[in-house]
Amino acid sequence: METKAVSPALPQERAVKKQKQRSVGRLLRKDWQLYSLLVLPIIYLLIFKYGPMIGNVIAFRRFVPGGNIYGEKWVGFHYFQMFIQDPNFWKVFTNTLILGALTLLFTFPIPIIFALLLNEVKNKKFKKFVQTASYMPHFLSIVIVAGMILQMTSASGSINALIRFFGGDGVNFMQRAEWFRAIYVTSEVWQGMGWGAILYLAALTTIDESLYEAAKIDGANRWKQTLHVTIPGILPTIVTLLILNMGSFLAIGFEKILLLYNPVIYETSDVISTYLFRVGLQSSSFSYATAIGLFESIIGLILVFSVNAISRKVTERSLW
Amino acid sequence: MKDSVSYKVFKVVNTIILLLIVFITVFPFINVLAQSFSSEAYINAGKVNLIPRGFNIDTYRTVAKDAMFWTNYKNTVVYTVVGTVISMFMTTIFAYALSKKRLMGRKFLTMFAVFTMFFNGGLIPNYVLINSLGFANSIWAIVVPGAISIYNMLIMKSFFENMPEELEEAASIDGLNTYGILFRIILPLSKAIMATMMLFYAVGHWNSWFSAFLYMDQKELFPVTVYLRNLIAGATGGASAGATSADNLTQISANIKSVTMVLTILPILLIYPFVQKYFVSGVMLGSVKG
Repeated sequence: METKAVSPALPQERAVKKQKQRSVGRLLRKDWQLYSLLVLPIIYLLIFKYGPMIGNVIAFRRFVPGGNIYGEKWVGFHYFQMFIQDPNFWKVFTNTLILGALTLLFTFPIPIIFALLLNEVKNKKFKKFVQTASYMPHFLSIVIVAGMILQMTSASGSINALIRFFGGDGVNFMQRAEWFRAIYVTSEVWQGMGWGAILYLAALTTIDESLYEAAKIDGANRWKQTLHVTIPGILPTIVTLLILNMGSFLAIGFEKILLLYNPVIYETSDVISTYLFRVGLQSSSFSYATAIGLFESIIGLILVFSVNAISRKVTERSLW
Repeated sequence: MKDSVSYKVFKVVNTIILLLIVFITVFPFINVLAQSFSSEAYINAGKVNLIPRGFNIDTYRTVAKDAMFWTNYKNTVVYTVVGTVISMFMTTIFAYALSKKRLMGRKFLTMFAVFTMFFNGGLIPNYVLINSLGFANSIWAIVVPGAISIYNMLIMKSFFENMPEELEEAASIDGLNTYGILFRIILPLSKAIMATMMLFYAVGHWNSWFSAFLYMDQKELFPVTVYLRNLIAGATGGASAGATSADNLTQISANIKSVTMVLTILPILLIYPFVQKYFVSGVMLGSVKG
């Protein structure tokens, strides 16, 4: 975004401005139907998007359930100091970072590899079949996904059946904190791999065939072609998606964790959003939870903007 | 040109890997389906994986007899239809207005909308707002707060921007006003994108559970996803099908859960083969505008 310096208005400019204002009025009258289309969406945005943003003032004000929705009285950074001194907060903060980083580490490259493997398939029907199957998990409700995970990891589930088949001892996965991260990340990969490959597959079809021909003449085998033609061809897509993913890496699947976790495995599964859900809505510490939420949103915002700015400098690609 | 030996080997290995991926992707679906037709004893013994054991359809009968399941299922249908209609209407008028270059403040309004994608009010302020509006235990808590997906709106906006100007000029010479142009000229020409958007919204509403979970405490208002969630959580489903007693901590048996899952996924799986190309095209359109 650019901001233009505002220069002091000269008399003749002022006259022009006045004329402009008159024509603005005329435009509005002439085109009022177009502007009327904006009324509902803008009211919607103001109430349901910007309203809650303003509602964040209760992070700085004491809030009583049932009282004023903007709180009763100013308390400054009281609630922020509270969570900074709260060891539980730092625990869930660390959990969030670890889980976010692990998720990015696996869910980002795997769709690329999947797309590259799929790209080597010459049989169109088989390719279509694999693709169609791989998109399916994307359309499931998170409740169903959670149900499937809990069922598969339960004592009588298929994963334990497999372990026993190979002579191992069954594991009660959902009672063991050390397993949660692996289960969560695996399920994210399962859900998103096929869907995440779509854009790469599209980018792959735009690579110029003649580049491959030229590489072949130079004696490059299929692996070398992949390395020197295919991957550079989809690099712009990779960078764009990496920016998007990194910007939102703190926003890990709150709903999924809420459905999956239990007190026994809080140690690894409790993240910022689930923690503030519990302290906020189950213990009714609204202001305290809002302060935590605001902190998380602001970090998220800074992440998106800085990743975007870095990318604009380094690769000359950015989201806006 | 002939493939080298190592590339031939790769192709075989690749096919095996991809088949394995398909198997892993599909397995949980098959597993749930198999369990839904199995007897509880076999499931609890960990013996049901790919094929039903102790085949029966009694579990389906039990679930079908549960009035609350059908009430909640019907709620899901209603919430999905109403929510999709509201979302489509709001998204379309917003996207259309913003797609017009002659609109004053167009750039600002777009930023105004896009900003909400990167910064939202957060859980608690939303909760306080929805409750203070009196939306608790009503359909509005579910269908209104997420009415416009800015992402979908941007896709639609860029689609409208690419429509030829002459169309509208011709229509306005014929005496159509802006509303007429939008609803009689533009929309009929945008069937593909409209279908895609509608599917995005409908699937989203069908699958959603959290707002209902958050804002509703009357069982008869729940969508089926919350019904299922309560079965899975095992705690609050005491009154539902298959629970052997009214005890709140009754463990809901695995076959009941499986049947409920199958019935909840079913509509989506049934339309999936026919509509998946629309979904894919929607993703492509989205990528154009970033």
